Amino acid sequence: MLDINKIRDQFPILNRKVNGEKLTYLDNGATSQKPQSVIDAINNYYKEENSNVHRGIHLLSERATDKFEQTRIAVQLFIGAKHNHEIIFTKGTTDSINLVANGFRSLLKEGNEILISELEHHSNIVPWQMCCDISGATLKVIPILDNGELNMAEFEKLLSENTKLVALSHVSNSLGTINPIEEIIDKCHRAGAKVLIDGAQAASYIPLNMQDLDADFYCFSAHKMYGPTGVGVLYGKEECLNKLPPYQGGGEMIKEVSFEKTTYADLPHKFEAGTPNIAGVIAFKNAIDFISELGIENIAKHVKYLLKYTTSEILKIEGVKIYGTSERKSGIISFNIKELHPYDIGMILDKLGVAIRTGHHCTQPVMNYYKIPGTARISIAVYNTIKEIDICIKSIKKAKMMLS
Amino acid sequence: METIKDIQEEIIEEFEIFDDWMQKYEYLIDLGKELAPIDKKYKTEDNLIKGCQSRVWLHAEYTDGRIIYTADSDAIMTKGIVAILINVLSGQTPSEISTAKLDFINEIGLKEQLSPTRANGLVSMIKQMKLYALAYIK
Repeated sequence: MLDINKIRDQFPILNRKVNGEKLTYLDNGATSQKPQSVIDAINNYYKEENSNVHRGIHLLSERATDKFEQTRIAVQLFIGAKHNHEIIFTKGTTDSINLVANGFRSLLKEGNEILISELEHHSNIVPWQMCCDISGATLKVIPILDNGELNMAEFEKLLSENTKLVALSHVSNSLGTINPIEEIIDKCHRAGAKVLIDGAQAASYIPLNMQDLDADFYCFSAHKMYGPTGVGVLYGKEECLNKLPPYQGGGEMIKEVSFEKTTYADLPHKFEAGTPNIAGVIAFKNAIDFISELGIENIAKHVKYLLKYTTSEILKIEGVKIYGTSERKSGIISFNIKELHPYDIGMILDKLGVAIRTGHHCTQPVMNYYKIPGTARISIAVYNTIKEIDICIKSIKKAKMMLS
Repeated sequence: METIKDIQEEIIEEFEIFDDWMQKYEYLIDLGKELAPIDKKYKTEDNLIKGCQSRVWLHAEYTDGRIIYTADSDAIMTKGIVAILINVLSGQTPSEISTAKLDFINEIGLKEQLSPTRANGLVSMIKQMKLYALAYIK
């Protein structure tokens, strides 16, 4: 059992007040809060170590480079990748997906198909639309079922020899559904398609092993796993990354430059043009350490416990409907109350110190499927408590009373 | 006809009696519920102002030198503020509307409601109200 109070002590922001009320932060799907160790690492970097990476011969540059590369190894171990050069640092999940989608523009042609799902975040839809516009490939969409799961029968019908790439979320950000990606990856590979997984909502919750999972690409963001914003990871199998053309040109990503011909650096530097978010990458290691020390299975157990409690408590409120009712879910509860608009609920909760998200959550196709303008979404992290859920439920009841 | 300035001052006075946000919000909710409904035929895609969080429909009619606005929103609190804006601007002349300073929003403590980051459609609504007015200035 985790000692949640001890964990909370590591997050200074959880003690602050908003609108005169104690903060109850339940918007972790958007971004999680950061422990002191992550905040300190960012501070220390600028106070003691600031220097550019991979470039200088002086002590500070060497030290910064060393720490930067230590994070790469920490990520490799965290996700069970075969090589550390299969870890590319990006700005975030969106950036990681765009890097791959941009590369596929020149690898696909007319007649090829990309398969995504109705569950996807806009950042796993739009880059593929752009990729199809330029390459001439066709975008196909796996529909969802009422409970928020993928329609697997339709998936199998859509998968064909024309499918070159399947891009899917591991966990839905608006409904919380955990997709059966192991089975999907296996079927895609049999059909000869590559698979990219958007793991933004999964990496802080589900233990990952890339060699077992066998995904060709896997993307996630540090800021949704207790780390800093502006840092993301693109994992790609060595042979898959080697086949992709470079994304951005610039410093650090070259071997030799002349006006006649430029040759590119090897992995991972080929995809890391320009000065990266050094402080962020260095501090990301502290976030990974934070998760590893608690144990990701223990985190998941706690979040699941709160998910179960929240679900049963919220369903006691008359008129509540939860969107996303799969048995396999992460700590996300997306809901509406009959006749009430989620925006109104969110506004009142904000005044009561409860931070949730309302709206379409960048998944308009999901909202269209349910024919709703949006939902109110509670998303849970390791530092949340039963007491906080009770405050949230009480606040929702109050909002309902005021609005009805 | 009262001037825009007079109406704004009355609204500020009305809001002064509220002690806390809850009374203020309850008042907005009431205003939203009482807002005269927009004619169904004007609740069209063309009249829709899309916000990320809530949606606003706005229709304008020009009669006898004045502009009459009707509007609706799917969120009740947004609708409450829509009602206040209509109360202030509807029935005024195009030139008064186009130059109106809507400072009262800050004074009644609803500034956050009109911040672009709220994406509730209200900032665009004010812009649209003024654009209609500009179109009728002779």
